[in-house]
Amino acid sequence: MTSSAIAASGLRKAYKGKIVLDGIDLDVAAGTIFSLLGPNGAGKTTTVNVLTTLMKADGGTVRVAGHDVATETKAVRAAIGVTGQFAAVDDLLTGQENLQLMADLKRLRPGESKRVVADLLERFDLTESAQKMAATYSGGMRRKLDLAMTLVGQPRIIFLDEPTTGLDPRSRRTMWDIIRQLVAEGVTIFLTTQYLEEADRLADRIAVLDQGKLVAQGTPAELKRQIPGSHVRLRFADDLELASAVRVLTDSARDAEDDLVLRVPSDGGAKSVRALLAQLDAHSIEVEEFSVHTPDLDDVFLALTGRTRAKVNA
Amino acid sequence: MSNATTMLGRNFKHTLRNPVAVFNAVLFPIVILLMFVYVIGGAFDIGGNYIDYATPGMVVLTICYGLSATALAVNSDMTKGIINRFKVMDISRSAVLSAHVAASMLRSLIAIAAIIGVAYAVGFRPAASFLEWLGAIGLIVLVSFATNWITVALGLAAKTPESAGLISVPLVMLPFLSSAIVPAGTMGAGVRQFAEYQPFTPIIEALRGLLTGEPAGSKVVIAVVWCVGIALVGYVWSLSTFKKRA
Repeated sequence: MTSSAIAASGLRKAYKGKIVLDGIDLDVAAGTIFSLLGPNGAGKTTTVNVLTTLMKADGGTVRVAGHDVATETKAVRAAIGVTGQFAAVDDLLTGQENLQLMADLKRLRPGESKRVVADLLERFDLTESAQKMAATYSGGMRRKLDLAMTLVGQPRIIFLDEPTTGLDPRSRRTMWDIIRQLVAEGVTIFLTTQYLEEADRLADRIAVLDQGKLVAQGTPAELKRQIPGSHVRLRFADDLELASAVRVLTDSARDAEDDLVLRVPSDGGAKSVRALLAQLDAHSIEVEEFSVHTPDLDDVFLALTGRTRAKVNA
Repeated sequence: MSNATTMLGRNFKHTLRNPVAVFNAVLFPIVILLMFVYVIGGAFDIGGNYIDYATPGMVVLTICYGLSATALAVNSDMTKGIINRFKVMDISRSAVLSAHVAASMLRSLIAIAAIIGVAYAVGFRPAASFLEWLGAIGLIVLVSFATNWITVALGLAAKTPESAGLISVPLVMLPFLSSAIVPAGTMGAGVRQFAEYQPFTPIIEALRGLLTGEPAGSKVVIAVVWCVGIALVGYVWSLSTFKKRA
C-alpha cells in the first residue's frame, strides 16, 4: 500500500444524460483530512457514493486503502466507515442498541463489543441518553450517534458527507474536535462540506468542486494565495457620501454586492487603518460602517467560480 | 451471531417497540369479523354456519391487513439512509429483507392466533383432523411468506413512505373481492369472474376446506402453486430493486 489512502483518477458519472462528475482526480494522503468543498448540487455526495462503493462510476479508477473499488469491493468496505448526509441511525432502537447492532454486524466478540459500546457512548457524551430511543435525540445527538456507529470496528478511512450541516454552532465545534481527535489517532478523513470555514479550519488539503469539476486543489493557504489581498470595507449612508469618498480614495473599488460599499486595499494594520480614517476625516466624509476584511475561502470560491457566497449557501 | 440473526433481532425489537402497530394488526380483523358475523352476516344465506364460512377468509384478511406495516418499515429503511450503512458494511441484501419478512410473519401469526381464538369464542367449530390442521397452518405460513415478499418488493419500489403505505392497499382489498365473505357465485357479472380467478379465492377455499374437514385436495394444490409463484416474483423483484436503489 502506498501512502495514498484514497486515489481517484478521471472519475466520471452521469445520471439520465446529465453529467454529475466530469473527470475528477483526487489524491488523499493517509492520516490527513481532505475536504471536498462545493455548493449544493456540485456532485459532492455522488463523489462520496462512488468512493464508498455505493455507486459505480461510468469511467475512471478509484483505489481506496490500496484496493480497487470496482473489483475489490469487499476489501474496500472492510477498511472504510461512512457517515452519510442524513443521520443513518435506527430511530426505534436506543443509542446503546444502535451501537450494539453495529458491533454485532461487525462480529465483535461479546466482551469486546460491550467495552467498545461503552467507550463510544462515553467518548461522544451519550452515556446519559444511552437507554433512550434515538427518535428522541436532538439533531446534534443523532449526528454524534451516527458518527459513533461509524467508528465501531475502527475503520482506518472515514468518509463524512456534510457532517455539520444543520447543526448549531456548539454541536459543530464538538464535531470538529472529534474529527481532529480521529486524525490524531492516524485515521484518514474525507470530508465534504458547503461551509468554507469548516474546510479552512479542519482540512490539510481542500479540493473545490463546482458543477462536477475540480476548479482548484491545494492547502488552505495555497488557495488563499490565489485571491486578492486583504482590504477595508467602508459603508456609507448615501450615494453622495460615497461619491466624495471615491474622489479621495483613488485606489478604492465598488463592492459587487452592495452599492453603498467601497473596498480599499489595506494590510489591515492599525497604522494604515488610522491613516485611512484620518484622510476621510480631513475631507469631512462620514463612514457609517467600517470593517477589515482578510481573505477567507469565500473569496476563493468567488474568485474561482464567479459566484458569491449567498449562492453557495443557498 | 450471523448478520441475518442480528437483523432479525433488530426487526423483532422494532415490533416490540411499536405496540400500537401490533394492537392495530390484531384488533382490526377482529372488528371486521364481529361486524360480519353479528351485523351483516345474518343477511347472507351461505347454507351453513356463517362463522365457519367466514373465519378462513378473515384469517387471510388478517395476513393482508398486516402488510401495510411491512411496506412502511421496508420503505423507511430505504428512505432514511440506514440502508446505505448496511450496504457499506457488506451485509447481504437477503439478510436485511428476510428479517423484515420474518418479523412481519411473526406479527401476522400472533394476530391470526387472536382471530381464531375470538372466532372460536363466537361459535367457530372447525372440523379439521390433526393433519388438516397442520396443512392449514402450513398454508397460512406460506400465504404470509408469499404476500410479505411481494410487499417488500412494493415497499422497495415506492419513492416515499406515503406511497409505500398506499401501495399495499390493493393487497388489503383483494380478499374482499374473493370468496372470503360471500361465495363468488353470488356476485355480479365481472366481479364474479374476477373473484373466481384471482389468487385469494383458491387460497381461501383451500383453507376453508382444510378447516371444515371437507376434501380440498385440488384447491390446496392451486393455492400452493399461487403462493409459490407470488413468493418467487416478490423475492426476485425485491432483490433486483434493492440492488438498483442506492
